[in-house]
Amino acid sequence: MSASPALLEITNLRVSVADQEILCGVNLTVHAGEIHALMGRNGSGKSTLSKVIAGHPDYTVTAGSILFKGQDLAGLAPEERAREGLFLGFQYPVEIPGVSNLEFLRVSTNARRQVLGLEELDTFSFEDHLQQRLELVQMDPSFLERSLNEGISGGEKKRNEILQMALLEPVVAILDETDSGLDIDALRIVAEGVNQLANASNATLLITHYQRLLEAITPQYVHVMAHGRILRTGGPELALELERRGYDWVDAEAGVSSRADLAVGVSA
Amino acid sequence: MTASAAAVSKSPAGSAASLGEMVAQPYRYGFVTDIETEKIAKGLDEDVVRLISAKKKEPAFLLDFRLRAFRLWQGLEEPDWAALNHPKIDYQDIIYYAAPKQQQDKKASLDEVDPKLLETFEKLGIPLNEQKRLSNVAVDAVFDSVSIGTTYKAKLAEHGVIFCSFAEAVEEHPELIERYLGSVVPIADNYFAALNSAVFSDGSFVFIPKGVACPMDLSTYFRINSGDTGQFERTLIVAEEGASVSYLEGCTAPMFDTNQLHAAVVELVALDDASIKYSTVQNWYAGDENGKGGIYNFVTKRGICQGRRSHISWTQVETGSAITWKYPSCVLLGDDSVGEFYSVALTNNRQQADTGTKMLHVGARTRSTIVSKGISAGHSSNSYRGLVQMGPKALGARNYSQCDSMLIGDQAAANTYPYIRSQQPTATVEHEASTCRISADQLFYLQSRGIAFEEAVSMMVSGFCRDVFNQLPLEFAAEADKLLALKLEGSVG
Repeated sequence: MSASPALLEITNLRVSVADQEILCGVNLTVHAGEIHALMGRNGSGKSTLSKVIAGHPDYTVTAGSILFKGQDLAGLAPEERAREGLFLGFQYPVEIPGVSNLEFLRVSTNARRQVLGLEELDTFSFEDHLQQRLELVQMDPSFLERSLNEGISGGEKKRNEILQMALLEPVVAILDETDSGLDIDALRIVAEGVNQLANASNATLLITHYQRLLEAITPQYVHVMAHGRILRTGGPELALELERRGYDWVDAEAGVSSRADLAVGVSA
Repeated sequence: MTASAAAVSKSPAGSAASLGEMVAQPYRYGFVTDIETEKIAKGLDEDVVRLISAKKKEPAFLLDFRLRAFRLWQGLEEPDWAALNHPKIDYQDIIYYAAPKQQQDKKASLDEVDPKLLETFEKLGIPLNEQKRLSNVAVDAVFDSVSIGTTYKAKLAEHGVIFCSFAEAVEEHPELIERYLGSVVPIADNYFAALNSAVFSDGSFVFIPKGVACPMDLSTYFRINSGDTGQFERTLIVAEEGASVSYLEGCTAPMFDTNQLHAAVVELVALDDASIKYSTVQNWYAGDENGKGGIYNFVTKRGICQGRRSHISWTQVETGSAITWKYPSCVLLGDDSVGEFYSVALTNNRQQADTGTKMLHVGARTRSTIVSKGISAGHSSNSYRGLVQMGPKALGARNYSQCDSMLIGDQAAANTYPYIRSQQPTATVEHEASTCRISADQLFYLQSRGIAFEEAVSMMVSGFCRDVFNQLPLEFAAEADKLLALKLEGSVG
């Protein structure tokens, strides 16, 4: 067990959408200074978990709890969670016509700074503040004047997510398949960004399908999610094993082949 | 060749419930000023027309103008082609003239104006006092049927610019009024224009002489105060050869649970190389969330680009009124003249708007641009209706139109009715249209970056309107942005 404080504590979390249970009792604890990887097939519940933590309104928490820095997140709006230092890097960042990247980044940064007790940045001081973080993700500043996530490639959208993470300086960052759709160069930039931002007082949860991101960012813990639950936890070697053997053996060893099996098992 | 198209999109059900709940409309200007008012009896006949003219001590030509209009109006029918539903207006149940008692005799200066009136305008954010005046904007303040004062008149006169109430212009510059009144909007142009021509009360007159760039922005602020009075103002702006002016118009009214009629006429005349920029922020009382009360806004606005290379630009931000029926138009007569129409129309609750423009290309190489942004929320209905006409002599004329609609919630309707007529094969007409909705995913994205729900909506709405806001004078743009946010503010689920 780590001596560092627990930043994220998820206990027996059960979540439904439209009366269908998607998460069937998730347990996960993330301490300061840690990097965790959450792996699993499509549909295993990884993205749902990340959205629930961020407060997406479509999901209903039916049981369990999520503590963030010791505080129960139930009842906190997504914007309040974000201002407290929770960050979700989206798998598919949406395009928002008419809202410029620059204005969005500034408003968002200031919302976080207010909670941190830092002074609000005006347009000019914000641009200085932004400059060094732009270098971190190697973005061409010309995108700043354009509409949010519009007219940029998929890879640039992901780098824009890392840029936001750099600006918001989150306590817990959840990156939902930030590596998918990236070429080698973009992957390296994203990984370097994540590594540079990680420190002893924050934590990162990487959601990924592939071992290749974990070659660039080394997690202390690897979790395997299946059928709405974390079935197995190990060290970095678990990711290598998954790469080699696939996911079926995890199901087999846990004796689980569907969410229904878990619904019975956990509620008992 | 004639082409017309109508596209109707009704928003499907099932968007985020919390968005649908954003229907509350706090209205900051709903107060009534308690002031002694002189009103004439309800109803309209020839005697009332004569009485209004007599009260204003008008010359014979103007009484004649009114009477001709009144007689024509009696033979006209209220138009029924707009996508608007409202109970029949009883024109005999309206008071056609109301004025604060002290204002009946003209005031020599603003210092003599009833302090209650000054206070009213100060409350509306339009200080008329010498020390607090908006720098670089001259204001004509119209209260019910009369203008209560105009600022910076002397300074403008130094440049030969005339800016005064319409009544004053009739008295001091009758030859200009006789020459231009009704020259752009003829008295029998339409039902509401005819009514206005018969009973118009006050308004503003602007004259920019040859070669003068007006040294400051001019503005008129219209305030309806009486609950049973119609407001029928008349605005006339003339820019001579090479002259230019930017004119702003604002309006508010108290909250009554009855409807008040507002039927204005605005005429613009631009001679060779002249330029007129006319901006409106319309915030009449819109009625409550069930559609009770609010202003019926039936307005005729038209400008004529009479001269070569003249330029008329309309920018409107329409957020108020229970009903809006308004098509600020340009007649592009002079060769190489330019017409523009930039519009944001926001409807919420039970508001209905049918608004757009007409661009009538007569001269060669005339150009026009139409950018319309409609936002519909609540149970409202918001229609764009526009005509682009290329006449037989409009060689090489061009039009570009862009009509975008944004739906908020699942009960609002957005319609687009673009009409295109071309009799000139070398003319080009382009029309683009789009409909979008504020999606739950977009809102969640912004929220997950620390931006509150309402601010997220307002960011997206003002982003949607940016092309139009960019056309507004700076202070007005900020005001318009705030106004839109306010209109959409409400209890968020």
